[in-house]
Amino acid sequence: MAKMSFENHIMKQFDDELEEIRTRLMEMGGKVEQQVQNAVRAVSDADSQLAEEVIVEEQLVDEMEVDIDEACILIIARRQPAASDLRLVMMVTKAINDLERIGDEAKKIANHAILLAEEGGLSKGYPEIRHIGASVSKMLANALDAFARFDADAAMRTIEEDKQIDLDYKTALRELVTYMMEDPRSISRVINVLWVVRSLERIGDHTKNLCEQIIYVVKGKDIRRR
Amino acid sequence: MSSVDTAKAPKVAKNASKKRKAVAPKMASRQNLDVDDHKVTVGQSFSDSAKMTMRDVNVFYGDKQAIYDVNIDIAKNEVMAMIGPSGCGKSTFLRTLNRMNDTVEGCRVEGDILMDGENLYAPKLDVVELRARVGMVFQKPNPFPKSIYDNVAYGPKIHGLADTRVDLDEIVENSLRKASLWEEVKERLHQPGTGLSGGQQQRLCIARAIAVSPEVILMDEPCSALDPIATAKIEELIEELSQNFTIAIVTHSMQQAARVSHRTAYFHLGKLIEVNPTEQVFTMPEHPLTEAYITGRFG
Repeated sequence: MAKMSFENHIMKQFDDELEEIRTRLMEMGGKVEQQVQNAVRAVSDADSQLAEEVIVEEQLVDEMEVDIDEACILIIARRQPAASDLRLVMMVTKAINDLERIGDEAKKIANHAILLAEEGGLSKGYPEIRHIGASVSKMLANALDAFARFDADAAMRTIEEDKQIDLDYKTALRELVTYMMEDPRSISRVINVLWVVRSLERIGDHTKNLCEQIIYVVKGKDIRRR
Repeated sequence: MSSVDTAKAPKVAKNASKKRKAVAPKMASRQNLDVDDHKVTVGQSFSDSAKMTMRDVNVFYGDKQAIYDVNIDIAKNEVMAMIGPSGCGKSTFLRTLNRMNDTVEGCRVEGDILMDGENLYAPKLDVVELRARVGMVFQKPNPFPKSIYDNVAYGPKIHGLADTRVDLDEIVENSLRKASLWEEVKERLHQPGTGLSGGQQQRLCIARAIAVSPEVILMDEPCSALDPIATAKIEELIEELSQNFTIAIVTHSMQQAARVSHRTAYFHLGKLIEVNPTEQVFTMPEHPLTEAYITGRFG
């Protein structure tokens, strides 16, 4: 297996096109990462304004997805990429889908942030969001770093992080249920918290998909086949 | 990367997520792409149901060596595609399979080339009979300057495959049908073959090749002189023919190799670099040279 390289095509324009989708995927990743961080912060700081911003900017993420998708289709139509080039293009089309979903989850979190802020009062359940939110943000950052460097080993390690997030999610669910049993008046608030935690867990899953795609690009192996 | 402490709330400023630049990965090193060091073909060169077997084949044109130590099996009913840059030896390789190189001045073939275990280069072997068993279709359609009927009937006649006119008619019809040409020419069998379109002429040549019931069909860039529609018809035909024949095809079109073949062999400067199932070669080739060629990165 050769080192990953998307340069040195006889047709220089092809290099540029592949570089372009890579760069734009990184931009989209950066944007989504920021959306997730801001959404989590909006919840923990009860910052409705920040939440509104996340909701508005979700539109941007959607537009990025459509643009990159079109660029990929054009490359397939014009260049008929093969081998590592083909894997890269396919990976990008899948990755933008996962990133867009992550953007959706961030928007959902922002929606709940507004509801929680309206109910007022910092309350139980927030430590769970902070903790899982931090883990998920870190995982997403690691995944994007792994993609920027085409580092399959880093992607593999990042996949492992999802296990801890799933565990933390289950623990958080149990705790939240306990709160609701202890104090039925907290139910509506805790349910909002629960949805946030649920969204964070989903972001972890999508990030895991991203990592699998990085490994596919680099190694040519689909690790989902294990 | 944002360093988020898991113990406390993420203290990341709103727009702080660091700009991540796609890092340019290192180019495959020169050494990886050095064919001089290449000794062993990577991938799956061999087959349990080999129709053609080549072992340690070297081919020379005078002092110049065109093919180095090729070891490969072509399986029964397989479509094997040979790809590689010009001068890589793929056509030479194909021509050794029915001794087309015999007529080339100064050409010398070493090693074992067997069909069903029989040495094709044995001194006693009848080359005319061999060429009936291993038919060939060339780059440019080359029908005889005769009628469509006679083009197809010529081979069976000289090889004595038909005793009666009725038998011959049947062979001609069957061959034209197998070549997907019958419907287009059945009304004008006695008009000259050269009056057909390029794509039809090429299918006529395929009909002529299969009329003598070969076991193997060699195709040397059979579509490079044809338009996309005629090409598609030939490719469709190759798929059908592979049910009855073993096919080895040399092509400059990688997409064609990807579309029609079961395994793909990659040649480079006379060496057989890689043989693998076609789906693997075009998604994750094993050798960096194959990768460089099929992704259009040579130079």
